Amino acid sequence: MAKGPKKLDWLRGYASIYMVFLYAPVILLPIFAFNNSTVIAFPLKGFTTEWFSSLMDNSALHDALGNSMIVAVSTAMISTLLGAFAARAGVRYRFPAKRGIMGLILLPLVLPEIIIAVSLLVLLMRLGMSLSLWTVIAGHVLVCVPFSIAVLNSAFAGLDQSLEEASFDLGETSWGTFKRVTFPLILPGVISSLLITFTISLDEFIIAFFLTGTDVTLPVYIWSQLRFPAKLPGVMALGTLLLLLSITLLIVAEFFRRRSAQRRGLDASTTEGLI
Amino acid sequence: MTAAKAEKPIITLDGVTRSFGSVQALRGVSAEIREGEFFSLLGPSGCGKTTLLRMIAGFDEPTTGTITLDGKPMAGIAANHRPTNMVFQSYAIFPHLSVADNVGYGLKKKRLPKAEYDREVEEALKMVSLGGYGPRAAHTLSGGQRQRVALARALIMRPKVILLDEPLSALDKKLREQMQIELRRLQRSVGITFILVTHDQEEALIMSDRIAVMFDGQIAQLDSPEALYRKPNTQRVASFIGVMNFLDAKAVGEKGGKITLDIQALGTLDIPASALPEGMRPSEISRVGVRPEMMSVVMDGAKGSGHEIAAEIAESEYYGDMTYYLVSLPGKDEPVTISMRNTAGRAVLEPGSKTRVSFSPESIVVFR
Repeated sequence: MAKGPKKLDWLRGYASIYMVFLYAPVILLPIFAFNNSTVIAFPLKGFTTEWFSSLMDNSALHDALGNSMIVAVSTAMISTLLGAFAARAGVRYRFPAKRGIMGLILLPLVLPEIIIAVSLLVLLMRLGMSLSLWTVIAGHVLVCVPFSIAVLNSAFAGLDQSLEEASFDLGETSWGTFKRVTFPLILPGVISSLLITFTISLDEFIIAFFLTGTDVTLPVYIWSQLRFPAKLPGVMALGTLLLLLSITLLIVAEFFRRRSAQRRGLDASTTEGLI
Repeated sequence: MTAAKAEKPIITLDGVTRSFGSVQALRGVSAEIREGEFFSLLGPSGCGKTTLLRMIAGFDEPTTGTITLDGKPMAGIAANHRPTNMVFQSYAIFPHLSVADNVGYGLKKKRLPKAEYDREVEEALKMVSLGGYGPRAAHTLSGGQRQRVALARALIMRPKVILLDEPLSALDKKLREQMQIELRRLQRSVGITFILVTHDQEEALIMSDRIAVMFDGQIAQLDSPEALYRKPNTQRVASFIGVMNFLDAKAVGEKGGKITLDIQALGTLDIPASALPEGMRPSEISRVGVRPEMMSVVMDGAKGSGHEIAAEIAESEYYGDMTYYLVSLPGKDEPVTISMRNTAGRAVLEPGSKTRVSFSPESIVVFR
């Protein structure tokens, strides 16, 4: 692609600067998490694990983490399930106003989240429903389903319809066909969808902030902590842990996805995945 | 070609139609498919042959009309409850399963003891010459092997009918020819009724006991391969199966079991009255057809048989074993095609050569 070494150098330089700009703030996170000072500034004072141990006996944090897990896992499962239904219908069937309906489902992708949050809040108030983790889950599902559909669409589109017909033809029931053929073949897409929706829900702030009652999720908790400068290093430590968790999750999911793609004799990089 | 073992119909199609919105894919198909025969549905794409096959399999229902399989009406019976199994055009091999798990897929429901299950799978694999392939991953197989696995997967179910949807179209020529013969042999040895959908007339001729030629959602002719080739009942069937030279003609006299025809470029000649299809009157004849191999170019010094007319070679195409000549006949604008076997010592004539063409009146097919 490059015309000569000069051009290559220029592109390399650009790519390096880009990466630094993108990841330097992330690298600051673990650095200050281990810094022995409540002030987030250079030069560093010394090494400590104090901030991490302070996380261990912070019950408000534990509650928020628990809430976030409930919300994220529920959101991931519900939106992947709903996304699978919609993706399947969109890929396989023809029905009136299909484009309109699919467009409507995908609308939350482009709507500002604050608009969604405020309108959901107004609606719930009007309906007289009390705010809880369930209202947060409902809001998260609304914004996560489009992502789930986008991922699962390609999984269903890559599924040869005659495979399901062959299973049916060999005497298997609809449910049996789903269990033995459809599900194993869309599993990589399902894993990707669960992962994406889990991650989106886990760090979603605006909807969680507006729609939750007394139970706060992790991002809402972190936001509340930012008002106290003394709590800042703790937040850094928490951020470091979350970063580790995200990376681990991604690696594990990618490992399973690649293994499953390999079993089908597909090139892992061309199947529906995140990386 | 041998006749089917039994004349008993295994499938009866009665006035089957299928509409997709305003499009009529099938316009009333009635036929009987005999038990144990190799039956082909032959036609160009869009003629409704695949639609018909999918209805027999149970993936689709007729708009009107009935399908009876083994004496039972099939209306409302889904594919998983029909005694039919299909070999798909794409083979539809389950990519996440091993070869053995693919073949044994339908058997799993029967909950056989492991030893018996393994034996049945291996037997089915041996039937398609893939003995020992069981543990392999399905995606490592070649096209021809996938085809065999798809076949074994259907055979193991011991269905009344095996349906094949253009099963050879994805294979290269050599492999396709080999599989045609193998499929035919296998069908004879297991005695299961095979219904093949194909657009390849040669394939249908080689493999079938009987062929239904379909155009525009209807069966144009249902006959044995030989009858279809020798006695096509319409010009369309004649030109779909092999090559046919058409010449304008009309009957000018009839006496004593012979009909006198006046044929464009060939002149006046007598054909036996038995050459007329049933129910056709001599006055209805408007054209005749002659197959390329039913005429011959008379080589120098040789003596032709039957009628002879003067001609000129317009073009010659050399195929190794055969030479195809495009021959201009006086009184006909378009040249006729004549095929000649390249026997030892026979020269290939150059374009422009003056020659004579001979043919026998018995080889002439008449059309409305």
